[in-house]
Amino acid sequence: MRLRDLLLKRLLQLLAVSWGVGTLTFILMRALPGDMAYRIAAGRYGMDAVDSDAAALVREELGLDQGAWSTYWSWLGDLLQWNLGNSLVSGQPVSESLWHMLGHSLLLAGAGILLAALIAIPLGLASAHHGGWLNRILLTLSTGMRALPVFVIGLLAVVVFALELNLLPVAGFGTPAHLVLPALTLGLSLAAIANRVVHTEAERVFNAPFYEFAQTKGLSAWQAFLRHGVRNMSVPVVAFFGVQLITVVEGVVMIESLFSWPGIGHGLAHAIFARDIPLIQGAALMMGILFVLLNTLVDLACYWLDPRGGQLA
Amino acid sequence: MKLSYLCTSQISTSRLCGAVLLLLLCVYAFATPLLSAQDAASQNLSQILSLPGGNSWFGTDHFGRDMWVRLADALRLSLSMAALCVLTSAVIGVTLGILAATGPSWVDRTLDGVTTLILALPGLVLVLIFAAIVPGSFWMLYVAISLIQWIEYFRVTRAITQRIARSPEVQSSRLMGFGALYLFRRHYWPAIAPQLVTLASFGAASAILMMASLGFVYVGIQPPLAELGLMIVEHFPYYSDAPWLLAQPLIALALVVLSCHLLGGKKAS
Repeated sequence: MRLRDLLLKRLLQLLAVSWGVGTLTFILMRALPGDMAYRIAAGRYGMDAVDSDAAALVREELGLDQGAWSTYWSWLGDLLQWNLGNSLVSGQPVSESLWHMLGHSLLLAGAGILLAALIAIPLGLASAHHGGWLNRILLTLSTGMRALPVFVIGLLAVVVFALELNLLPVAGFGTPAHLVLPALTLGLSLAAIANRVVHTEAERVFNAPFYEFAQTKGLSAWQAFLRHGVRNMSVPVVAFFGVQLITVVEGVVMIESLFSWPGIGHGLAHAIFARDIPLIQGAALMMGILFVLLNTLVDLACYWLDPRGGQLA
Repeated sequence: MKLSYLCTSQISTSRLCGAVLLLLLCVYAFATPLLSAQDAASQNLSQILSLPGGNSWFGTDHFGRDMWVRLADALRLSLSMAALCVLTSAVIGVTLGILAATGPSWVDRTLDGVTTLILALPGLVLVLIFAAIVPGSFWMLYVAISLIQWIEYFRVTRAITQRIARSPEVQSSRLMGFGALYLFRRHYWPAIAPQLVTLASFGAASAILMMASLGFVYVGIQPPLAELGLMIVEHFPYYSDAPWLLAQPLIALALVVLSCHLLGGKKAS
């Protein structure tokens, strides 16, 4: 696929995300049972403080008294102008809290991905180089790890490192120590699959004729690896990382909820629980946009690594 | 289809292990309510957090509810969800995949657009939004999970059918005047079916994980129903008093997912 087509496709996806999230949250808004305005007002001011004046205020603010279609269009129009409204619970502008949460989520995702790379690449290379028992052990471990959902890995990490060994804080944020367990959880769940991909690709390259020739012509093992190995291995691995992005985003949602990490996933889960619709919309939108952007970055990286464009999909 | 495929073709031991394990879990989940007089909701507050053994084989939880029965209930819910999602998404995915590969090109383009649209959001986020529309609803989760999962079947079916539709045997079948149904039965289905077992196993595993994840963040199935993810959250506060209580849903969840992964064998790329 050509680069321009690819970027066009990603742009299309970006629009699709905005439309999809906007429409779904709009349906969500209309699907609230009973008098919507009254319910939202109750959510904002508390069950006791709500009266029909407050409900009327909410109705006017959210345009609930107009027809479904005109509300829908103005809803989408607001969305396109990045006018996400105020949180129904705290009253804060949604976009402001989103930026705040985004920083935390990116920190967690970045640390997790870095840890995954630090775990998966050496292990994958070692098992491809060494084979035998190391490979079998890693295969068993990875299969077992993959059967555990990410929140179970996190829970086990909490039980072992926080409750039994008392080394690290159970949950929360603030100090670097708080980042360790969430990032480790994300890193482990990513590395469980990634080390097998690295292994397969490394094995393929090590056994390839061009690699053997590189050694036959006199390059040392290290030179052959650096000159002919790394780049050839990295294309499928980076492309696979694109597939893994779903795991990253889903992992971030679960891990943030588990560790009370104040990122977007935590915000989303909380907003759904509190039925804070503008915040649901904002958080889901942010995750979707992030997902598409990261996918685009992976595409670009693959294109740069392999200009033939064979691996782009 | 699944059984006949497993019997006739050569299968690896790991696949067999997965099938046996899954079968055992199904028997446990579906036979327990028939055999046991206990029910999953009846509380016995004078006997909370009791150790496994004696009257209740797996002990009791923080409300004195029998864990053997509750675990079976939770497994039954997960397995039913998985079966429903796999069935629905497989039927839709295979049908649309064959349509896209053999039908007019606008069908292919439309369906490609639809999949691009759905894949633009991470699956869990989409399911979360759906779960928010009707909280605690089994059927909403089912719709949301199936909505994501049919794409996998669609893509695989489309790729296989496209390849086979150009092959000499299908061309000659068509020239001899055989209808679409015959082509499907004789050519497309035998090529797709072996892939379906793998897809279905991994699909089932991810459906179960998805449901447990939602239960875990408290927006899926609501209490007092037994659900694996929900039980894990409910039991976590009692970890220091009753670690076995937390371990039970964790192990059950891991076993179900592991059995599906083993049954699926090597994931087709």
